[in-house]
This record gives sequence, C-alpha cells and structure tokens, in this order.
Amino acid sequence: MHSFFELFGRYFLLMRKVFTRPDRISVFWRQLILETEKLGLSSIAIVAIISVFIGGVIALQSSFNIVSPLIPKMYVGYMTRETMVLEFSSTMIALILAGKIGSNIASEIGSMRITEQIDAMEMMGVNSANYLILPKIIAATVFNPLLMLLSFIVGLAGGWLIVAATGVITISQYVDGLQMEFNNFYITYSMIKMAVFSFIITSVSAFFGYYAFGGSLHVGRSSTRAIVSCCVAILIFNLILTQLLL
Amino acid sequence: MIKAKNIYKSFNEKTVLDDISASFEPGKTNLIIGASGSGKTVLLKTLVGLHDADAGEIWYNDVLFSRLPFKEKKVMRQNIGMLFQGGALFDFATVEENVMFPLTMFTNKSYEEKRERVNFCLKRVDIIGAEKHYPSELSGGMQKRVGIARAIALNPSYLFCDEPNSGLDPNTAILIDNLIREITQEYNITTIVNTHDMNSVMEIGDKVIYIYQGKKWWEGSSADILQANSLELNNFIFASNMTKMLKKLSAK
Repeated sequence: MHSFFELFGRYFLLMRKVFTRPDRISVFWRQLILETEKLGLSSIAIVAIISVFIGGVIALQSSFNIVSPLIPKMYVGYMTRETMVLEFSSTMIALILAGKIGSNIASEIGSMRITEQIDAMEMMGVNSANYLILPKIIAATVFNPLLMLLSFIVGLAGGWLIVAATGVITISQYVDGLQMEFNNFYITYSMIKMAVFSFIITSVSAFFGYYAFGGSLHVGRSSTRAIVSCCVAILIFNLILTQLLL
Repeated sequence: MIKAKNIYKSFNEKTVLDDISASFEPGKTNLIIGASGSGKTVLLKTLVGLHDADAGEIWYNDVLFSRLPFKEKKVMRQNIGMLFQGGALFDFATVEENVMFPLTMFTNKSYEEKRERVNFCLKRVDIIGAEKHYPSELSGGMQKRVGIARAIALNPSYLFCDEPNSGLDPNTAILIDNLIREITQEYNITTIVNTHDMNSVMEIGDKVIYIYQGKKWWEGSSADILQANSLELNNFIFASNMTKMLKKLSAK
C-alpha cells in the first residue's frame, strides 16, 4: 500500500515537472508536430482496419441474433451504431492504442534514461520531463478524439459493406437503423472519454519510462508495467466517466 | 574553481560518498580515480547536481551551487558541459542536431550562426563529414568526440567527463585524453575527469584524487602518484603485472 501511494506521489511530481512553460516555445511546437505524426497519424491505418472489421462483425452478429419477427431488422444498424459510438471507438480503441503507443513511449523514454540521454538534457539545464513528455500528452489528447471519430465512421461503413455484400438485411434498413433515435451527445461523450484515455496512456507510459533503471531488461519490464497500468486505469476511468457523463 | 566540502551521499542506507572534500582549479585537468564501485560517478554526478548531496557544500567560484534553487541551478548548468560514459548522444538527432541542441535551447542565434558554431566545435574535435550521421552510425571514439563537441558548444566554464576513454582502443583513448587537456588549457576550463585508466592519469592528470570505498584516500599530482605510500592506492595503480614490472624497473 505504501509503495502504491509512493508511486502515485512520484507520478504527480513528474506531472508537475511536465506541466511547466516549455524552455523554447518554437521547439515545443516542432516537437508537438512530430509527436502528432508519430502517435496520432501513424495510428490511422490500424484504427481504420480494426474498426471496419469490427463494424462488419457487429452488423453480422446483430442480424444473426435478431430472430424474432417482432423486432425490426433496422435494429442491426442501430446496434452497430450504438456499440461503436458508446464503447468500441473510444474504450476498445484506447486499449489498442495503449499497447501501440504506450509501449512505444515507455520504451523510448526508458532507453533514453538508461543511456543517460535524459541526464545529458538535465545537465544542459533543459527540463527533460517537459521537453520529452508534454508534446506527447498534448498531441495524443488532442488528436486521438479524431481517431475515435474516424473509428466510428469507418465502423459504420464496415457494417454497411457487410450488409451490402451478404444481404442479411437491406441497405435501407441498415441506414434507417443508423439514423434511429440518434443522440448527438454520445459523440461528445465518446470524444471526452478518448481524450481522458489518451492522457492516461501518454502520461502513465511516460512515467514508467522516465523512472526506468538498469538495463534493457528493465526497460522491457517498465514497458509491460506501463501497458498493464494504462489498461487498468482506462477500464476504471471508463466506469467513472460513464457514471458522470451519461 | 570548484570546491566540494564534506560531501556525504547514501543510497538506501548504503554510504557511497563519505566526507569528501576537494578543490578543482581552472585550466587544469583534475582527475578522480578509483576502482569500479568506489563512488567516482556518484561524486561527479553530485558535483554537477544530478544527485543531491545528503550533506556538504559544493561551490562554483563564489556560488553555493548545492543550495541554489532549481531555476537558478538550471541557468548555472548552461555554463557546465558534461561528457557521459556512453556519450549520451540523442538517438533521435543527427550529429549536427546533437551539437546544435544546447544552442537551440539557450541562445537566440540564427540557424546560420548555430551551424557555424557547430562546424567549429566539430572541427575542433576532428569530426569532419559526419554531420548528417546518426549516433548509431558512429564508432565509440567518434561518439565521445561528438559528446565533447556538444559539451563545449555553449563555451562552458566547467567540463565534466565520466570515464571518457572507457571502451576505446589505446590510441583513440590517448586522442580523447589529449583533446580534453587541450580544450581545458585553451579555454581555461575547470575540468574534472573520472577515470580508472592509468594511462590517462599519467598523460593528463594535473591533479589526481583517489577515491577508495567512498572516501578521499589520496590527493596529489600524476608525478607524485608513483611514489605514494598508500597501500590501497598502490594496489590500484600497480594492479597488472606490466605496471608491477615497470615499478620494479623504475625502482632500479
């Protein structure tokens, strides 16, 4: 229990060091663009591929499970939309990104720590935590909600493709289902969740990397601990945000 | 001039530095020697503020560095260059970007001015034509030289080198040693070098401090060291058969 609170304390102390004014604003903007490309743009393909397949699978499974003639077939579209917007495009994509960008951040910063690159920055008088971590947090927190939107749209398109290809229901039934009782706030809710999850992924992974020690084995362990911690934190915050926002 | 007064440092109740006091003069190559695990690197990192001393004072000229607030220490560090054991060059940057890094962060120079300074520093350490290479594409000796170029980019008054010739062949090690001595004299820098290489001690050691089990055991010049009476120091210096033989020959 003591070490848990110690870990928390160190995390907040690191965040205090991260959220300070950058040493050079121009350098910060340059880093922000680089990190947006590295953490956000490079994830577009994986998010799109997973979403299109999951959208298709949800549409198929929904249509197979609606066996009662009393339930209209357009509910396939409705269920695909609700599943994508409420959980998959935010929580599931965040869990996938925790594996992809979380391990990337923890291992990158961890390697810099054990090869004394972070010490070298500190020696020059550079706030290494701010220089290395702040652009990552802001890039992911701002850009990843757009990935959530992309996942949602591509998932619905995946459902549409499967419906068109298999003919389990008509396309007009699917589209009617997509438009049925649409609550705009679900998009906002999902984007807020994604922003919070992205903050967790980047800050927690960076924390484990920043305090890595020893050799490459320890960097690997830090990376694993980062991903596990991110996943647990995402699941907990998913519950909290759902209770708070819906 | 750097002065350390009664420095203590422990990790998890294990005392690593035990009442160390020393002074390091400008324009001279000050060497800290000792066996692996004796506390050399901890002493060096404590002197530059990467570790906080548990007790004691560190003075940079008239400034009590060890008690400076974080912000002032940060400013002070811009006047300190450090060469790390493994070079510690940034993986994400080319040689040119590595040397340019401190200039970008702390000066308002134009890109052309920065390039000019980078070229000067790289030329000074004899690195020509590798500006666009990444650190992983360089040999160990070249990485060390780029590390020195980066350390001197801001014209520091203090230079710290942590085992600058570890992992290098004897010829390259001598080149690095000579480079450190030349730069120290040329710019009148206070240089502190951590090493356990006896060649370095004899080549560039204007002042030598021997650390044994976290304590300052001996202090003197490289000329005095062969005649030192300390058993621990003699065991360290004359550890190999070759040095023992040389000692016998010199005694005759």
